Amino acid sequence: MRRVAVLRFPGTLDHDSAMRAVEGLGAAPVEAWHADAELPGGTDAVLLPGGFSYGDHLRCGAIASRAPIMAAVRRHAEAGGRVVGICNGFQVLCEAGLLPGALRRNATLSFVCRQMDLEVGDAGTPWTSGLETGAVISIPIKNNEGAWYGDPAGARVVLRYRDNLLGSTDAVAGVANEAGNVMGLMPHPEEACDALLGSTDGQLVLAGLIS
Amino acid sequence: MTQVIVTVMPKQGVLDPQGQAVAGALGQMGFGGVGEVRIGKRIELAIAGDDPAGQARAMCEQLLANALIEDYSVEVA
Repeated sequence: MRRVAVLRFPGTLDHDSAMRAVEGLGAAPVEAWHADAELPGGTDAVLLPGGFSYGDHLRCGAIASRAPIMAAVRRHAEAGGRVVGICNGFQVLCEAGLLPGALRRNATLSFVCRQMDLEVGDAGTPWTSGLETGAVISIPIKNNEGAWYGDPAGARVVLRYRDNLLGSTDAVAGVANEAGNVMGLMPHPEEACDALLGSTDGQLVLAGLIS
Repeated sequence: MTQVIVTVMPKQGVLDPQGQAVAGALGQMGFGGVGEVRIGKRIELAIAGDDPAGQARAMCEQLLANALIEDYSVEVA
């Protein structure tokens, strides 16, 4: 069974739903603490869940990106291991320089919590391998600093909002690194893994953890 | 200890929705002469050792500012 390390920083909120979603994929979630120097033994893939790590102080994800566990995540990513960052986890990966760009305050100047239609911009990544470019999936967002800013030409744009109300450059909802093994997205695929919640499309994205 | 003041501002050209909202509010309040408003942050550091300004600049490069979206300046008080 694939082992997925689910990172936990002070202020992380969404680790329980992330661990449940990983179990739903048939993989074994293992919690990893921010102060640890190594990922749990036998880690195959890493998930950075959402929340407000270190209280969002200074900039969202900035302090978490310098936590001891991130050196191990960097080694894992550089060795080609899969890493996904969701919401605050995406902000952490951008601040760590593992993904291009930065996340800024929403153009709405408000916390936005709603289901979003996302268009697949790049079907060639492990996170979109069951989808075609242009396909539309439905996953919720819940954030205050979800506007991606960066150069889309220097990023693999995996998902775009159909309605770009947060004000992301190029309507970016999720980007991957050049190799595709590291991906971050503001929408919450772990909250779209059960028909009771209105969508199971999140499983298509998180399948990249186990493929 | 040397007092060092770091100012971090959104880069020119990077949308500052907070500044825009404040500019709108000031206009509504009757402050007609206000053009662009940009909002950043001021960080006060008490630093020991040699070259406090150099140390503060290294802190900005490594943590206090995100060079993609922010500019910083360092002033020794």
